[in-house]
Amino acid sequence: MEELKIQPIRNGTVVDHIPQGQALNVLRVLGVDSATRDVVSVAMNVPSDEMGRKDIVKVEDRRIDSKEADLIALIAPDATVNVVDDYDVTEKHDVSMPDEIRGVLACPNPSCITNTREPVETVFDVRDDEIRCEYCGTVLTDEIAEHLA
Amino acid sequence: MDIINTKEMSKDDIVAVLDRAAEIEPSDALDGDVLALLFFEPSTRTRMSFDTAMKRLGGDTVDMGSVESSSVKKGETLADTVRVVEGYADAIVLRHPREGAARLAAEFVDVPVINAGDGAGHHPTQTLLDLYTVRDNVAAALGDLHVGIMGDLKYGRTVHSLAFALAKFGARITFVSPPSLRVPENVRTELGRAGIEFKEVDGVDDVIDTLDVLYATRIQKERFPDEKEYEKVAGEYRVTPETLETARDDLVLMHPLPRVDEIAPDVDETRHAKYFEQAHNGVPVRMAVLDMVM
Repeated sequence: MEELKIQPIRNGTVVDHIPQGQALNVLRVLGVDSATRDVVSVAMNVPSDEMGRKDIVKVEDRRIDSKEADLIALIAPDATVNVVDDYDVTEKHDVSMPDEIRGVLACPNPSCITNTREPVETVFDVRDDEIRCEYCGTVLTDEIAEHLA
Repeated sequence: MDIINTKEMSKDDIVAVLDRAAEIEPSDALDGDVLALLFFEPSTRTRMSFDTAMKRLGGDTVDMGSVESSSVKKGETLADTVRVVEGYADAIVLRHPREGAARLAAEFVDVPVINAGDGAGHHPTQTLLDLYTVRDNVAAALGDLHVGIMGDLKYGRTVHSLAFALAKFGARITFVSPPSLRVPENVRTELGRAGIEFKEVDGVDDVIDTLDVLYATRIQKERFPDEKEYEKVAGEYRVTPETLETARDDLVLMHPLPRVDEIAPDVDETRHAKYFEQAHNGVPVRMAVLDMVM
């Protein structure tokens, strides 16, 4: 049934097993926004035996490497990332939380130096499931998607 | 070598500074070196003691002056300011209203950066002089102490730096504050991770007889929605001779200064009062820091 809703791609990356409603946040993590020239397909609320409902994202002609894939773990810890070449899956990555997150999240502390005009990207350290701003020490306590830059 | 916060200093690093401060004498060790003082917020003790420390080691200082009279007023970023100043000086002392400012500065320059206070974040050299003062006045080892830290624990950067440092030595900490000014979650998490025993209480009366050190801090008026509420809270956290009646004879009373009403003037003459000595210790401790990083 899935194949009818979303076409296979020839080359690119398919992110599967995204929690229902998080597809657009996965695109934000990957830096895919309205300015992109990539062909992007998004399937939301797809029936899934394992997850009940899930989202799927396909980005054509773009290979997502394992480092980028790990950023997806912020939003979709059980996602799978499949790189497709000529309709065949040639690489498969499970995602795992990175040790460090650069430039993806905004610090919620309004007094943090990163929330100014300074020419730096944010850096968060991940340790024991705790995500902490390397500049000011603020720990993210609510949904990570709320802090996507 | 940068000095950004006490969290990243090892226990050995801290002890090395304290030991060096205990023996340091005026010299020409930094003759020909220049220290830049960049204070984006007001300062008396920190600015002047760094200035004095540098001069006692034979070096010189260059001071940005007030923000109002600098290019910061024109909208210059901190990253640009420190890169410019790097060309004028051999080390930078930085105070800034934003948390993480010193870390950012250190990323943009090769000369040592010493954090002299970043927003509500850290003030490591204050902590070093605090520990120096404790060590000078208390016979017990730092790790065997029970330290009460009282006042604005939420926004007070000296409190956060001190708590992280005490954690390294294994001291027992009691935080004394109104519920609205408790230590922030990130500090609490770090202390828990370090396995430090700490508790939080509303008033000092129940614990003062067990303390080796009481570290009072200023409760800032601007943190309260109205003046009456501030006056009520500030009054409850004022140290008076009566507060100290049940304290141990050898209790050491400290304060990073400036004080407003947190310590009554008639406490100054008691054997407990060590806050002026503490302020004076800023010079040898900062001499030791400069001698080690420059």
